[in-house]
Amino acid sequence: MASRAILQSRQGISVISGARWMSSWWKNVEPAPKDPILGVTEAFLADPSPNKVNVGVGAYRDDNGKPVVLACVREAERRIAGNMKMEYLPMGGSVKMVEETLKLAYGENSDLLKDKRIAAVQALSGTGACRLFADYQKRFKPESQIYIPVPTWANHHNIWRDAQVPQRTFHYYHPATRGLDFASLMDDIKNAPNGSFFLLHACAHNPTGVDPSEEQWREISHQFKVKGHFAFFDMAYQGFASGDPERDAKAIRIFLEDGHLIGCAQSYAKNMGLYGQRVGCLSVVCEDEKQAVAVKSQLQQLARPMYSNPPVHGALIVSTILGDPELKNLWLKEVKMMADRIIGMRIALRENLEKLGSPLSWEHITNQIGMFCYSGMTPEQVDRLASNFHIYMTRNGRISMAGVTTGNVGYLANAIHEVTKSV
Amino acid sequence: MGDSTASSSSVSIPPVFEHILHVPENPMHVMNLAYDKDTSPVKLNLGMGVYRTEDGKPLVLNVLRQAEQLLINDLSRPKEYLPVTGLTEFNELSAKLIFGEDSLAIKEKRVTTVQCLSGGGSLLVGAEFLSRHYHQVHTLAYLPMFAYASNQLDLTFYVALQKIIYVPQPTFGLHPILFSAVGLSVKTYRYYDPTKRELNFQGLLEDLDSAPSGAIVLLHACAHNPTGADPTSEQWEQIRELIRSKRLLPFFDSAYQASTGKLTTPLDVDAESVRMFAADGGESVVAQSYSKNMGLYGERIGALSFVCRTADVASRVGSQLKLVIRPMYSNPPIHGASIVAAILSDRALYNEWTIELKATADRIISMRKQLFDALQARGTPGDWSHILAQVGMFTYSGLDSEQVTFMTKEYHIYIPSDGRINMAGLSTKAVPHLADAIHAAVTKFSF
Repeated sequence: MASRAILQSRQGISVISGARWMSSWWKNVEPAPKDPILGVTEAFLADPSPNKVNVGVGAYRDDNGKPVVLACVREAERRIAGNMKMEYLPMGGSVKMVEETLKLAYGENSDLLKDKRIAAVQALSGTGACRLFADYQKRFKPESQIYIPVPTWANHHNIWRDAQVPQRTFHYYHPATRGLDFASLMDDIKNAPNGSFFLLHACAHNPTGVDPSEEQWREISHQFKVKGHFAFFDMAYQGFASGDPERDAKAIRIFLEDGHLIGCAQSYAKNMGLYGQRVGCLSVVCEDEKQAVAVKSQLQQLARPMYSNPPVHGALIVSTILGDPELKNLWLKEVKMMADRIIGMRIALRENLEKLGSPLSWEHITNQIGMFCYSGMTPEQVDRLASNFHIYMTRNGRISMAGVTTGNVGYLANAIHEVTKSV
Repeated sequence: MGDSTASSSSVSIPPVFEHILHVPENPMHVMNLAYDKDTSPVKLNLGMGVYRTEDGKPLVLNVLRQAEQLLINDLSRPKEYLPVTGLTEFNELSAKLIFGEDSLAIKEKRVTTVQCLSGGGSLLVGAEFLSRHYHQVHTLAYLPMFAYASNQLDLTFYVALQKIIYVPQPTFGLHPILFSAVGLSVKTYRYYDPTKRELNFQGLLEDLDSAPSGAIVLLHACAHNPTGADPTSEQWEQIRELIRSKRLLPFFDSAYQASTGKLTTPLDVDAESVRMFAADGGESVVAQSYSKNMGLYGERIGALSFVCRTADVASRVGSQLKLVIRPMYSNPPIHGASIVAAILSDRALYNEWTIELKATADRIISMRKQLFDALQARGTPGDWSHILAQVGMFTYSGLDSEQVTFMTKEYHIYIPSDGRINMAGLSTKAVPHLADAIHAAVTKFSF
């Protein structure tokens, strides 16, 4: 063709040739910004200092700062190896695992379970459960938005954004008190249009550690009823708040008593230490069994392009543990032990700071609940902790208490005191 | 809904999802359920693509058992989250497995590999990335003036990257679902000639030739599912030239590397098509699955690779892949990746793996021969040589849905309605029964 001939004569290059002279398809691809949480661990690993402390990622460590494989998990893995159930799980995942998981959230004797009113599927840990719900919300309530607390786990925003569900925020944390901004929270609930979707942290709020009291939860639930709102609970830390999973499910139970048809994401990453196995559950409470069957089929359909059926190994570990009374008891003991160690470190950190004569109040360290302490430090102070003291946390000042040990709590307190004393 | 003790000022909580309809069951699942319920002692499940032993039991490779033991006993292995991109060692080994130990692209750091959830998950993450990043108009760098100058300009100069993916006709059932889910427009190219029961190479070339420049083309690396009809090396070379000259982006689905039992180096032979494209300096996308060739179906282990023009591009692509993955599931599951890495990194285990795979593939080839012979012996009408010619796990029998329904009803043979038979599910004992069923179906409902 004429234009091709022109090209050839001007450039002396044949248009139709092999691939060598082509430029990249991807030359317009920008480098992605670093993930704020995962970037912390990268920086920590790169630091050669022998005194370095990682209080960034929310992964439990023992008092020697070592990752822990729970004894119940080790035992379960021993029992599973050799069973070799390598073949595909059904699309909704391990039925046994899901059943046991629902008991944890909804209660062993829940009528909802008996009446088969809960649509539930195995999910890729908490993230996968949230994402699957977000996709489901987009498909079946396309005009809806999600109200997300301020602050929240950063990935929540990514999840609902990628599912193309518009986001709004609601007040949650009160920086002045380092506690819950309950009045503004209630206002936001009241002012949201009727039938809005809200993301709630069931317990041990990430990153603040600030949870509503039982009384406050009841008020929230009541107001949700008045407004006809939908409550989606992300429960990633059941067991870590109080040490007792039943107690930690209190918020959910309050909503269920009030008749709400909730959604819930559950994760075994932290409370069973199964981080890398990616095992969790998404559930949606329905009016009746028939609706639950329909909803479950839609959830499976949504998950199908993502991974067809979920990974088996983690699910087997969970169902082995929860299905055996002895192993389950062992697990409950180990969860309590982890939670207790964290509570102990909270007390120690606060005491250390007070002993150092810090002018600031550090009450919030022991008031806050779960794995994280929202210290109130500024990004600049956090940067100084890293550069001067080799202490790594996310720039929002969130300290993962699970990374604090009797060995490093003194050093940590001292460093925090140094960067905050002249405020 | 809700209890009647709600206060008078409550908005009645409308059931939010009451309008939701039940999704019809996946036909494969329905088939499996029907098989489970069937009480006939001669029933055969030859549907889903899973390997079975001669006794019809799930096949577990010995290397898997060994690798699992190693993992249990290794107290130093990672216990926490994998990076978003997965287990690094696994990624490196997977890239070497598909592109070859001596791959120049790998040596030049032009390949970025991320762990994903098996083949499906790899395809999805790759497709989602394409959906986001593959839409800029891509003009040849030295021609922007030319491009705007003339409205008679041949579109050859404008390679508008189309969010269109061409999949072979037929293809694995999940492909169109998956690509549509991320917003790619799915078209087909001719692949299989049902009358001759072979690759329709002419049709393939014609359809790819008339595809718009910049379109994406899905290619099965080997052992095409469901037809088992693969291009020859020479045909692959022609396909490669056409794809490069048309500026199409090749996207490989490799689910059966080393399972075809070809020759003595099946790992290399089965990767030949992928390596051809990786070696010509151009770009490609490759999804790998370890479901079949390591028997790790349930662990959901696979890898996605982008072969890029430069190391810098590969690095940027890798960083963007993280943004796709993190809001999906944060990071991939550790168990399957650890097993694969353990096997691929240990010379003895690796060798044992290739030997076991060869035995598995040989068993399938033997089943093919036995079935073919059995049909010959019965004088079953028709040419059944495709049973021997086809490659991989499946026989695309050519039986139609009426014949299949008959075989299920009268002979308790469970295969999908497209007539695809999982040869890996057959045993010597079962061959006569299957042959009887096919014979009866064919003579009752002639082709």
